[in-house]
Amino acid sequence: MRFIPVSCEQREHMLHAVGVRTVDELFEVIPADVRLTRPLDLPDGMSEIDLAAQIEALASSNTSGLVSFLGAGCYDHYIPAIVDAVVSKPAFFTAYTPYQPEISQGTLQAIYEYQSMICSLTGMDVSNASMYDGATAFVEAALMAARFTKRHRVVVSAAAHPEWLEVLATYAESGMIDVVTCPAVGGRTDVDALAELVTDAAAVLVASPSFLGCVEDLSVIGDIAHAAGALFVVAANPILLGVMEAPGVLGADIVVGEGQPLGNAMSFGGPGFGFFACRQQFIRQLPGRVVGRTSDVDGRPGFVLTMQTREQHIRREKATSNICSNQALNALTAGVYLASVGMSGLAGIGRSCIARAHYLRDALIATGRFSAANAAPFANEFALRYDGDVAAMQHAMLERGFLAGLDLSRFSSDYAGLVLFAVTEKRTRAQMDRFVGEVVSL
Amino acid sequence: MSEHMKREAVLRPLIFETGSPESRCIESPALDIPDVDISSVLGGFARAQQPHLPHVTEVEIARHYEHLASVNFGVDSGFYPLGSCTMKYNPRIDEWACRLPGFAGAHPYQPAETVQGALGLMWGLQEALGEISGLPAVSLQPAAGAHGELTALMAIRAYHVANGDVRARVIIPDSAHGTNPATVAMCGYSVTQVPSNERGGVDLEALKAALDTDVAAIMLTNPNTLGLFEENISEINRLVHEVGALAFCDGANLNAILGRARPGDMGFDAMHINLHKTFATPHGGGGPGAGPVCVTEALAEFLPGPVIARDSDGSFMPVTPSRSIGRVKSFLGNFGVLVRAYTYICALGAEGIRDVAEQAVLSANYLKERLRGTYDLAYDRTCMHEFVLSGERQRKQHGVRTLDMAKRLLDHGVHPPTVYFPLIVHEAIMIEPTETESLEVLDGFVDAMLAIAAEVEADPEMLHAAPYTTPVRRLDEAAAVKQPDLAWKPAE
Repeated sequence: MRFIPVSCEQREHMLHAVGVRTVDELFEVIPADVRLTRPLDLPDGMSEIDLAAQIEALASSNTSGLVSFLGAGCYDHYIPAIVDAVVSKPAFFTAYTPYQPEISQGTLQAIYEYQSMICSLTGMDVSNASMYDGATAFVEAALMAARFTKRHRVVVSAAAHPEWLEVLATYAESGMIDVVTCPAVGGRTDVDALAELVTDAAAVLVASPSFLGCVEDLSVIGDIAHAAGALFVVAANPILLGVMEAPGVLGADIVVGEGQPLGNAMSFGGPGFGFFACRQQFIRQLPGRVVGRTSDVDGRPGFVLTMQTREQHIRREKATSNICSNQALNALTAGVYLASVGMSGLAGIGRSCIARAHYLRDALIATGRFSAANAAPFANEFALRYDGDVAAMQHAMLERGFLAGLDLSRFSSDYAGLVLFAVTEKRTRAQMDRFVGEVVSL
Repeated sequence: MSEHMKREAVLRPLIFETGSPESRCIESPALDIPDVDISSVLGGFARAQQPHLPHVTEVEIARHYEHLASVNFGVDSGFYPLGSCTMKYNPRIDEWACRLPGFAGAHPYQPAETVQGALGLMWGLQEALGEISGLPAVSLQPAAGAHGELTALMAIRAYHVANGDVRARVIIPDSAHGTNPATVAMCGYSVTQVPSNERGGVDLEALKAALDTDVAAIMLTNPNTLGLFEENISEINRLVHEVGALAFCDGANLNAILGRARPGDMGFDAMHINLHKTFATPHGGGGPGAGPVCVTEALAEFLPGPVIARDSDGSFMPVTPSRSIGRVKSFLGNFGVLVRAYTYICALGAEGIRDVAEQAVLSANYLKERLRGTYDLAYDRTCMHEFVLSGERQRKQHGVRTLDMAKRLLDHGVHPPTVYFPLIVHEAIMIEPTETESLEVLDGFVDAMLAIAAEVEADPEMLHAAPYTTPVRRLDEAAAVKQPDLAWKPAE
């Protein structure tokens, strides 16, 4: 297959116009010592029919049709059919960044609407147009807090997602921030330890629900952060924000999170998107693109990318971040999703996930094979201790068609014996009952 | 513009202003399990006030976004010659591939034995990018080009630190993309800028003066942002290595040299690749992209984990390199983008990939030759996949700026080229046609550019107010900054 609409005759015409006989002459500007003189060692091209068969074979060699209780940052929610229908419109997905607003009002308005929805969900004033994922949004929040407070140290809760903590540590190697980890107790941030660690901190970063699914007492943590002059950064799961209190109401200064649950396919972990929202006073330190509403020379309302002097293409090494490409189409997807579920639908989905998670947890504990890992309140996800070999249990359940949660020992020996279960609105009572029945019979 | 992009188009109310409060699109099914008291199970942290989300029916959603799509310009709408952005056609087989349930429905924490297809695809892509770049060790984790730059620079720093070598500076030519210096700063290094010479390449004497053992790396785009191949690349990288620094290639312009030259063979130690440019994955209105990083064997152990390895039994496993810098992102990268790029590479094969570079370079040189008499050429040399004109003549003689001409192109149904970049060319117009445009389209663009040049002479005033036919005209960007309106709020 090739995607070049130029005929041999037209090619000759173009070569003639350029004043060369062969295309090789054009490549003579590459010094001979670095020219590749052999063909690339890659397979031959394919017809579409052969290619489709090959790719389909790869896709179907993934096991599908499993009943999944996996979550931990990537969730199997229902995606309304209208969502992909909208996102598949070429005018959206084949467009570049809307730097020419006169012919990019579609992307711009959709992102403005997305920003508005994120602000309302999180209780913040301002949202950017998206970041790579929840983890990098978490890091950018720490960096922004350091710039704003002119402090160097950030305190992060050990109860947050281990991969997010790892990404934060990777970025901190730059020396831009020092990261101090506040221990967790019972699946949540140890607030007594936090009070000791918070002095001179630029930010306190927590996730609620935490990695183990626990609901943090954000008011208490926010008060501790603010008393020390630190900004309060909260990572939230947006699909729960129809039922969970907006972090902004509970004192958050910056709210970030992974947006995948909002209408984006799991897609083996990406692309999802990171959302990033904050209070008005931090607006000049915001990383990434942001869309604003204005009007044109005829007074017609319209949208533009705005406050670009924060960004790398204008400010270069003094930019608030190096981010350029973000996850615009995934943010647009979230906007379509939120429009399709609406206000009451989002609350209904949150309620359904929470009720189902509580149903499954109670049923698993009732088997006598599982015990509670902690006593904290939780939402759509919970950790249990299994009384046998976790890996063997998961393997046996896989053979019975289930992804039996996440073996947490992969992250830390502290988590050995614990299994993290996530339940979405897609898991039916029948599936859960069958799962519990099978796991008892092992 | 196509008919529906015309100015008569009625502007759409916000989706919040559409529908009525009782409108619904998706209904939640009844609970088949006992309900819970939300406030009590959440420890008192139930939401007191509902968020302001739209209330619309499905038909209203369909029409809302259909309208927004109709006032948006994509590659499918017309020619999109944005320099350094490689806005090529996005094959639909790639879109089909990433939506296959086996890929789209896979969870990143599934046991490896249940996702061998996904891991095998990633391994295959790593191998292909290693061969194409000449840099054999590959991480697919970075989510975008700038993220790839940062990842590579972090690996370079880790390499120096592992050698007990503390370095503070990174060298960047003055023609570099803005992400390069921003990445350097984000990595905790300081920027040393070197000027370009009169042929558009790196000034070797200035480079020599800037190089010492405090330099961690050079970041070089090759071909550079002027569309010119760096003639002294071997010498530059030799000088860089001589002081113990490493050489990073910004892969934004890889499309020009596919199958013709490899950064690894030029002496580069690391590069990033924009899959959303060179490998035809769509830009999505700003993302998602993917910015894989390719490095030498010496840097392989510092790559972010996990990378995909193939076992002796032929199975695929995610593994973390021994001295990894750590993760730069959750999970395994923008997998859906990786599926598209892999599918594209399989479609083209070795020969088809080389054809891409050949046509991209020929089309750019063709446009350059056809426009050279009318507009000033910033550097009069054979270009690679793009070239830079200057609108300086039009500004000086007629007071018409490049911005005005770019806006006028909108009236001709063409997305303007990149303008005012690179910064070293006054009134720059940076044109990258890509290989997926027909001769008719290229000639149509030339006609539009020539017509605009004639208009500049005949009626310069008219150009200051262009465009005239777009759904909205020039927007008040100053007002947008002065009084930021960044989110809709319901009336109090």
